[in-house]
Amino acid sequence: MCTLELKNLRKAYGNVEVIKGVDLTINDREFVVFVGPSGCGKSTLLRMIAGLEEISGGELLIDGVRVNQVPPDKRGLAMVFQSYALYPHMNVADNMAFALRLAGVPKAERDARVAVAAKTLQLDALLDRKPANLSGGQRQRVAIGRAIVRQPKAFLFDEPLSNLDAALRVQTRIEIAKLHNDLKSTMIYVTHDQIEAMTLADRIVVFNAGRIEQVGTPLELYHNPANLFVAGFIGSPKMNLIGAEVVQTDGSASMLKLEGGSGFAVPARLAPGAKVTLGLRPEHIELAPEGGLAGKVEVVEHLGNETIAYADIGAAQPLTVKLSSDAPVRLGETLHFALRGHAASLFDEQGQAIALPGT
Amino acid sequence: MANAKPKMQHRAKLMRTWPLLTPAVGVLLLWALVPLAMTLWFSFQRYNLVDPTISGFAGWSNYKFLVESPAFLASILNELVMVAAVLVITLVLGVAFAVLYDQEFPGRAIARLLVIGPFFVMPTVAALIWKNLLMDPVNGVFAYIARSLGFTPLDWFTHAPMAGEVMIVSWEWVPFATLILLTAMQSLDRQQIEAAKMDGARGPQILRYVILPHLSRPITIVMMMETIYLLAVFAEIFVTTSGGPGHATTTLTYLIYQKALVAFDVGGASAGGVIAVILANIVALFLIRSVARNVDL
Amino acid sequence: MKASPLQKLIVFVLGWGAALLMFFPVAWMVLTGFKSEIDAVHSPPLLIFHPILSNFTHVIHEGDYLGALGNSVGIALGATVLGLLIAMPGAYAMAFFPNRWTKDLLLWMLSTKMMPAVGVLMPIYLICQKSGLLDTLTGLVLVMMLSNLPIIVWMLYTFFKEIPGDIIEASRMDGAGPLAQLRIVLLPLAGPGIASTALLSIILTWNEAFWSLNLTSSNAAPLTAFIATFSAPEGLFWAKLSAASTLAVAPILIFGWLTQRQLVRGLTFGAVK
Repeated sequence: MCTLELKNLRKAYGNVEVIKGVDLTINDREFVVFVGPSGCGKSTLLRMIAGLEEISGGELLIDGVRVNQVPPDKRGLAMVFQSYALYPHMNVADNMAFALRLAGVPKAERDARVAVAAKTLQLDALLDRKPANLSGGQRQRVAIGRAIVRQPKAFLFDEPLSNLDAALRVQTRIEIAKLHNDLKSTMIYVTHDQIEAMTLADRIVVFNAGRIEQVGTPLELYHNPANLFVAGFIGSPKMNLIGAEVVQTDGSASMLKLEGGSGFAVPARLAPGAKVTLGLRPEHIELAPEGGLAGKVEVVEHLGNETIAYADIGAAQPLTVKLSSDAPVRLGETLHFALRGHAASLFDEQGQAIALPGT
Repeated sequence: MANAKPKMQHRAKLMRTWPLLTPAVGVLLLWALVPLAMTLWFSFQRYNLVDPTISGFAGWSNYKFLVESPAFLASILNELVMVAAVLVITLVLGVAFAVLYDQEFPGRAIARLLVIGPFFVMPTVAALIWKNLLMDPVNGVFAYIARSLGFTPLDWFTHAPMAGEVMIVSWEWVPFATLILLTAMQSLDRQQIEAAKMDGARGPQILRYVILPHLSRPITIVMMMETIYLLAVFAEIFVTTSGGPGHATTTLTYLIYQKALVAFDVGGASAGGVIAVILANIVALFLIRSVARNVDL
Repeated sequence: MKASPLQKLIVFVLGWGAALLMFFPVAWMVLTGFKSEIDAVHSPPLLIFHPILSNFTHVIHEGDYLGALGNSVGIALGATVLGLLIAMPGAYAMAFFPNRWTKDLLLWMLSTKMMPAVGVLMPIYLICQKSGLLDTLTGLVLVMMLSNLPIIVWMLYTFFKEIPGDIIEASRMDGAGPLAQLRIVLLPLAGPGIASTALLSIILTWNEAFWSLNLTSSNAAPLTAFIATFSAPEGLFWAKLSAASTLAVAPILIFGWLTQRQLVRGLTFGAVK
């Protein structure tokens, strides 16, 4: 059982406020991912939860108990550090058993718990090795194992994959997902990588400049970004964001004039003359024989399973379009694009999403 | 981490550190202040250990007496000559050795050890070995070499006493300069030298435009550290010439020692001590500034 | 761009030539220690001679030498252990819990090392005399410890700084209090650094000559002062001087060679690494 409640949590260094009031409830057995650009405060918030960073304001509750002043080891949480922070002079088994040793757990039980964790993580054969003799991926597993043996109320991960190479990162990501299924414990995971966030999270919390921008399941964030920041952060390749002006409103639909001059109809009643931003996911755009958006293809990336094209539609940024791998796209040719279904997003001048029917 | 600095500083609040700092700071404070204050006080007193009848406030007379004595000017000059000569020798050889031992050659590791070896030889041993085994005008190795080349052996400590001291002290401090400059040399990005070669730079130009700029800060530090130590050279003079002949090798340090523990003139020695402290502090000021730029918290 | 064979040869010759020249006085000293007194002053100097051990046995069996050796060992170990005990908590506090005065404190400590010893010769001499510490091991241990304390603090500080903060935090998460952190995490990690700090302190203390010449006469005289007695005209036995010098220098030379890399930061207060 572990529920965490963050109530108006704040952190300031002198006059500089880096966490500007965070309200969030993390449910038991939930996998929550904090995501955001570097410097957004997500790591600081994790360290505040861990007890490594003093809380300047607000309340942190674990299972309903206020823990603002509780030292880190008494909060019942375990943390996996970005640098792994293994004790270089201890072997794998001692590293994993260290917290238990400090807590005075008898040796037999320590060994048993280390053995179980080692088996889960396939570390059995490495228990006598020192960290220096392990590969990056093995070190990472030891760091996770060290957290597991403590049987914590919740796991905290601070960018645990960022020191691994790309292939290992995918593999370890899958292992962490499996681990969450097996252990069924609460996990908080910090990353700047939106793919890690999308693949691992039950719920994603998007941070920017010390504030929460949006909380939601991966698909909620993907389909209904609350604002421009989330729209631009979630999804790869990034959502096309095109400046536009409402030129005409007709019943329940409005006509937009996009940057670069093309027209685009959206199913919403908007005030004529309003400045908005149109958001189009690259994967929701398809080729059309004529009409729609027209653009000259500037760059084509053939990825094998799909083809990404960048077309100049006269806007500040080229339009990114994800097409099937056999799409007949040639550099320099002018293509016409249409939206598949009604999957567009619309944002007002303040960057907040405007509700569209059918999305 | 962009906010690592405030984070680190903030942690300090989580723990009281003064009980940990007190022992080191306390004893150093005593060590730095009490004797210095006493030196300052004594320098204005009539105070002689062998003659208790001399007592009372002396005003500036200790300073006046010291400064007007012929030995004083000589000692300051000797001090400057010694420091300057040793600095030039050790820095030139230090840079040369740093570049030389940065190259690969068979047995380099052992050759390096041999070069830095003299730094670990205690000053009294260094001085006596040089004075006798090497520089003795009759049986020394140098005399033998001079004779075999057809020269008259030089009686170093009679005819060129300061040169003799400079040689000994330089031999002790070249390893220091070498060790530090070599370490600094190894942090030089090899690709910079390769890039310079691609740009057509030859040996001397690489030294002038790549190596020396890279070494400029370590050289400054070596210079200042050595100056501090060289101003205090004592044992070498003590066991070789005792400041002589005449005042030829009497440095300020040695002069103060003579006043203090040969003549037991506490007042005069302390006046000299104050002057020595002021001299050293001028150098120390620059040194500390240069180190300060390098401290990151 | 590879060096030509000729360049390689020049570097080899210069490198070894300079090394042998620099080391010649030490080598010659060791050699002379094995000569008879007659061979030692022989002209031309002898490279090939009948080596004898009697200088060494003579020096060792002479009471003064062993006493001086004992004093040197006692002073070096005493000043080092005491220095480490005093410096370690302070260096730990400054490395892991810095505040806005830490830098100034460190620089001030450095500045105390800049004070010329001769500037305070008279007061230290008088304090030792009045308190009965003149010509005692205690007196020298205290003075040497104090004069090397800034270097010890600095060196420990730079070593402690290198321990990743993450590891300390991980140990806090694991439930280690300040003492457990020190014992279980910090000391094992900083062990090599503490060892080389200790060695530098031993080297500096062992070779220190100003205070040992001025604050001792016979009882507490360490090797530096003992060797100085050979400068008196009647003590001019080159072979014995060389043998005694060899014995005095050898252990420190080996220590110095073993720790040369770490010495640099101690000697430059971390300014060159």
